[in-house]
Amino acid sequence: MTQLVPLQVVIPLLAAPICLLLRDRRYAYVFSLAVVWATFAVSVALLGQVLGSGPLSYAMGGWAPPFGIEYRVDTLNAFVLLIVAGIAAVVLPAGVGPGSRAAQDGREYIFYTAFLLCLAGLLGVTITGDAFNVFVFLEISSLASYVLVSLGDDRRAFVAAFSYLIVGTIGGTFILIGIGLAYQMTGTLNMEDLAARLPLVTDQRTTRVAFAFLTIGIAIKLAVFPLHQWLPNAYSQAPAVVSAFLSATGTKVAYYLLVRFVFTIFGAGFVFGALHLDAILMPLSIAAMFLGSIAAIYQTDLKRLLAYSSIAQVGYMTLGLSMASIDGLTGGIVHLFNHALMKGGLFLVVACVAERLHSTRLVDLRGLGRRMPITTAAFVIGGLGLIGVPGTAGFVSKWYLVLGALERDSILLAFLILLSSLLAVVYLWRIVELAYFQAPDADAAPIREASSSLIPACVLIAATLYFGIFTEWSAGVARSAAIWLMGGPV
Amino acid sequence: MELGVWNYWVVIILMMIGLYTVIARENMIKKIMGLNLFQVSVIMLYITMGKVDGGTAPIVVEASHTASPVIYSNPVPHVLMLTAIVVGVAVTAVGLALVVRIRETYGTIEEAEIAEIEGDAA
Repeated sequence: MTQLVPLQVVIPLLAAPICLLLRDRRYAYVFSLAVVWATFAVSVALLGQVLGSGPLSYAMGGWAPPFGIEYRVDTLNAFVLLIVAGIAAVVLPAGVGPGSRAAQDGREYIFYTAFLLCLAGLLGVTITGDAFNVFVFLEISSLASYVLVSLGDDRRAFVAAFSYLIVGTIGGTFILIGIGLAYQMTGTLNMEDLAARLPLVTDQRTTRVAFAFLTIGIAIKLAVFPLHQWLPNAYSQAPAVVSAFLSATGTKVAYYLLVRFVFTIFGAGFVFGALHLDAILMPLSIAAMFLGSIAAIYQTDLKRLLAYSSIAQVGYMTLGLSMASIDGLTGGIVHLFNHALMKGGLFLVVACVAERLHSTRLVDLRGLGRRMPITTAAFVIGGLGLIGVPGTAGFVSKWYLVLGALERDSILLAFLILLSSLLAVVYLWRIVELAYFQAPDADAAPIREASSSLIPACVLIAATLYFGIFTEWSAGVARSAAIWLMGGPV
Repeated sequence: MELGVWNYWVVIILMMIGLYTVIARENMIKKIMGLNLFQVSVIMLYITMGKVDGGTAPIVVEASHTASPVIYSNPVPHVLMLTAIVVGVAVTAVGLALVVRIRETYGTIEEAEIAEIEGDAA
């Protein structure tokens, strides 16, 4: 059943223009819902096959690799595909929201079209085994995400989308330069072929420059500190549903790309042995963990607070990568999964709040615990996950990261991971304090729980609890991917 | 004609002009122009690496038409750049569309003036 491999991308890609033609709000909603669920089903089937019978390869158009474009699914990207498709399947039912500008203009179909295109692009980046194909799909997903960000209610969304476009394009073009230089050195674009030939030319300056361009380009897309400045603006101006989707998938796919290029294409020996990427990435990750959290403490808007928290969380993921050990990498990959659930869920909670309060400013959250009890409770549980309280998914990732730190005999690193978690307590406590310990304004009208986004939010938040307690599956797949990346048996 | 590494110097100069324009200009149209210049420099980089000394366009020449074996330039980078051009056009289109909406809502496309308007509003 290798036919499933291209279907993973082709279904949402072909569905997007159809969705554009449908126009009608309900048709577009139901149609795109069917599409994302079908895509999710394909990704589940793919992961099942890969875990059962090893990597899958599909030659596009019948042109055999390395000349044709190959789609290749192994444990690592099957896992990422599942996360991306799964988040899309949960987030999309929330819809764009009845009060949004797109809905008032009768242009919901544009939201669904851009959403499907973005999904197709992200899945394409993840599934492809061809370096140039990565660039093409990355630009498809980026272009769609600029459109999604610009759908925000405030007019500042246009400016945020424009800045995001500028920075995103520079990042994408850097990746293009890197791929070009790698092609120049090896004469191939196929990832497996690149992995076989690059070790022969690692002493060449061009190879090093190729890696530098690729790393910087991906780091921009991943929002690694100090290349993160686009992220708070884009996430805080986008509709909350879009922030939920992008924060849970966009940076995750970029992280996957970094892992792919570092460990399977250039090789850990070259990246960490010759170039000492860890000497740069580790301090930057730690800086991101602290400065992202500290910036989050000072925000006055809920979306912006979560966006800065995302920068800190990306720091944990890159920290795991820079440890270059099985435990560290497991921590990074499992945090990719857990953070997708937590941040996706939290942004959906924001979507609930925005739907009823028409505001995401922190001062308007006073007494929310009484006005929207389920929503607030979901936020608190998601927040506990961000802190890393035992029993939530966030604990699992931090557990592996601390293990990785101790494996390096670095008590200091383990201490820093725990200390930065305490900062998360500070910024989340502010919200708990406002929502539960302050009375709502006397003239505040009673409000109901949100309509369409409440259930998706609760599903993701419940998932963070489930994967916090039953860790065999998520941490197990992440660990087998990490062992494979570090060169061990599958 | 012997080009040597001159092409690469041109690539780097174009790239830096483009990048500088993106960073330094406040006007959004000029920013997009800088971005285009930056992307064009990459197209030139790829085309340069595809060129084979003395090579001709990669269209098959019948053996009977020529005395010596034909040298072809590498067509792959050209094909890749066709895709990159499409991507560049798409980025420009979305960027310009955003600039139109910004102009409609703010009445200006200067970043400093927009920041001023937002500063007053807040």
